[in-house]
Amino acid sequence: MLEQWLPNVNWENIWEATIETLYMTSISVVATFILGILLGLLLFLTAKGNLWENKMVYTVVGAFVNIFRSIPFIILIVLLIPFTKALVGTMIGENAALPALIIGAAPFYARMVEIALREIDKGVIEAAKAMGAKTSTIIWKVLLSESMPALVSGITVTAIALVGYTAMAGVIGAGGLGNLAYLDGFQRSREDVVLVATVVILLIVFVIQFVGDFFTNKLDKR
Amino acid sequence: MISISSVKKIFSTKNGKVTAVDDINLVINRGEIFGVIGYSGAGKSTLIRMLNGLETPTSGSVVVADREVSKIKGSELRQARREIGMIFQHFNLLWSRTVRENIAFPLEIAGVPKSERERKVNELIKLVGLEGRGDSYPSQLSGGQKQRVGIARALANDPKVLLCDEATSALDPQTTDAILDLLVDINKRLGLTIVLITHEMHVIRKICHRVAVMEAGHIVEMGPVLDVFKSPEQPITKRFVQQVTEPEESKETIEHLLEQYPDGQLVKLTFVGESAEQPVIANLIRQFNIGVNLVQGKVSQTQNGPYGTLFVHLTGASEEVNKAVEYLKEQKVSSEVITNA
Ligand SMILES: Nc1ncnc2c1ncn2[C@@H]1O[C@H](COP(=O)(O)OP(=O)(O)OP(=O)(O)O)[C@@H](O)[C@H]1O
Ligand SMILES: [Mg+2]
Repeated sequence: MLEQWLPNVNWENIWEATIETLYMTSISVVATFILGILLGLLLFLTAKGNLWENKMVYTVVGAFVNIFRSIPFIILIVLLIPFTKALVGTMIGENAALPALIIGAAPFYARMVEIALREIDKGVIEAAKAMGAKTSTIIWKVLLSESMPALVSGITVTAIALVGYTAMAGVIGAGGLGNLAYLDGFQRSREDVVLVATVVILLIVFVIQFVGDFFTNKLDKR
Repeated sequence: MISISSVKKIFSTKNGKVTAVDDINLVINRGEIFGVIGYSGAGKSTLIRMLNGLETPTSGSVVVADREVSKIKGSELRQARREIGMIFQHFNLLWSRTVRENIAFPLEIAGVPKSERERKVNELIKLVGLEGRGDSYPSQLSGGQKQRVGIARALANDPKVLLCDEATSALDPQTTDAILDLLVDINKRLGLTIVLITHEMHVIRKICHRVAVMEAGHIVEMGPVLDVFKSPEQPITKRFVQQVTEPEESKETIEHLLEQYPDGQLVKLTFVGESAEQPVIANLIRQFNIGVNLVQGKVSQTQNGPYGTLFVHLTGASEEVNKAVEYLKEQKVSSEVITNA
């Protein structure tokens, strides 16, 4: 039945490409989450009137974040070719896509983290200070805990963007569903392969959105 | 318990320097409920925030519980802060934590072991009257309940001093009274020193032993609450005292009455402390052949005794009325003839 409708689809290849896409997405989401929170925290804490107020650091980190957030992803990949080669040793395969994915997404997420942290009532931070809390306690138990729903909904949006980025990376040889759709589908005029790859990507996006919303709502006690 | 000497706080802003607190000297005793009242921008918050080092004075020194809060830094300051509880106008609870977890937060900061934390939290929940609400989140509580959590949290590490920055300003009058009663109860039970800032004289009247009136960074008047009520010296103090003694409408009523009864005399009696309990009016009617018309009055309780004012209109033969006025002047009430007919 399916063979009739989708004559060119090799399910084994689809499965393999899906695994590759999931691999690239999950590694880069985890790395983006950690790196983005670090950068976002640094931006928040060094901003004016905050715990580590420091104009120099804030300006430098802010500029870095803004520049990398503004470069279109497809250009970023090209720009990062020398860096990737030095780091991974190759330009082909899923691992080669990771540096660009992370460097592209982390600044994007860092801004979201900064905004989420700024939403926290200053009074709560002050109350923690008045109780004699150390800065590390304030970071863990006030800043990150209080902004967790926003951090989770932010990483959901970022993860969905990352799925799109992996598809783009696939076109220039990183593997995954994007690669399959382009090389196996588009270039050989097999529309059915493009269609299936698209549907799988959509499914991945829906699942991420669903899981993200579920946790955001569960965490949000406001 | 607290001593503030020659404290000044100057903020540098884009529009120049703002002197928020200007040369304040103050000693607050152990177990005292001390009130600071003033209008918005008087520097009250800045003053109270210097007591736990949230603000550092530009000059002068602040000593709380034998520690010079204005000098110490780092871990020493954090240690000192654990002995100073603070409650806030907007409660400042962590909304991601339950009531129980909010109260446990300062205990976690102080490194209290889990079982001990649980015991202490249960005790505090009972103390502030939140039994059964331990697992609620702040968003599920009313303002009064949130402030109870704030109080429990502030008391978790057995502080020596409790700072209240407009702790009741966001609450309705009934809830305000309930929270104030709780503060008095805690003060009596735990012997806690309380410093409270407000812009409502009602709050001062109800629970403070002593009061300082702040205006433009200065303390313009200070003393036991009853004394300040009895003889306010500064115009600003008089205005605050009127907030609680003279109901809004009394001025109009008096004018109206003066028009209505052109004869007789209108006298304002001020009762302070034990004199409020004397049967002055009863004696007046018994001893003199005059009519006594009660125009307006209000007697309220303070921590050091009752306080109130009463406007009476005396009618009758002018000779008899004059004698009655003389009699009133001899009593322990202070009387003031408003106008002669
Ligand atoms: N961080 C700050 N930077 C600059 N100016 C400040 C700062 N904090 C307070 N001020 C100024 O100091 C003055 C006193 O402020 P403060 O908050 O102590 O007043 P307040 O008596 O508590 O008033 P309110 O009743 O409105 O809370 C104000 O003029 C205020 O603008
Ligand atoms: Mg204030």
